[in-house]
Amino acid sequence: METMLFYLFAGVAVILSLAMIAAKKPVTSAVCLVGVMFALAALFALLHAHLIAALQILVYAGAIMVLFMFVIMLLNLREKEGLAARHQIVAQAAGVALLGALLIPFMTLATLEKGPLSAIAPERFGTTAAVGELLYTEYLLPFEIASALLLAALVGAVALVKIRMR
Amino acid sequence: MITLNHYLVLAAILFVVGVTGVLTRRNLIVVMMSIELMLNAVNLTFIAFARYFNDMTGHVFVFMVMAVAAAEAAVGLAVILALFRNRETVDADEVRVMKG
Repeated sequence: METMLFYLFAGVAVILSLAMIAAKKPVTSAVCLVGVMFALAALFALLHAHLIAALQILVYAGAIMVLFMFVIMLLNLREKEGLAARHQIVAQAAGVALLGALLIPFMTLATLEKGPLSAIAPERFGTTAAVGELLYTEYLLPFEIASALLLAALVGAVALVKIRMR
Repeated sequence: MITLNHYLVLAAILFVVGVTGVLTRRNLIVVMMSIELMLNAVNLTFIAFARYFNDMTGHVFVFMVMAVAAAEAAVGLAVILALFRNRETVDADEVRVMKG
């Protein structure tokens, strides 16, 4: 059952991500990316990361992608894009192939006892209470820094967009 | 039986797809979406390793990555908007002020 679900969502994620980078219109890309986010949220739930799965849908699919949609609609671009810049296509293909070749040793390196995930997760693993407890005790300082970062990004974004309005 | 390596391979595939998007697309909005895809692939490895070691530190890391991604999307899209106001384009090839 778990195997079936993994292959289902993994296939959806890969196919939709490929559709995302191949799509001509930015709106199509955005919708495909929302689909990838949902598939990944399902995979997170399979890995017993329940809080992260919920946050994935709320923050990524809900907030960030809506922001992208707003900007796409605001700009209302004329379409004139092909898939690849023709004169650089060799360099691009070589770069992607090189990166893929670099990642393969890493994956074989990570064969930690062939890594079967333990069948039963510990009690409370990945629940809101457990992750929240960790966030508010051991990782309190990074948590506060993240809030400062979000505030800075908010002010920065408003300042950037407003500066040209007379 | 799904092992850790299944998740790592899936994350690597998604990451490479994201890199391909950044390298081949010229629409800056699609480039930013590809960056989000790469961040998500990394999140998947964090969660898979957290499950493998039964250690929830990875969940905290993913939480932080999400905060940074939200900040990055907000500022990046603001930059793209400012760019569009000045130049009427979001094509990466047409933005070459520093190229001389």
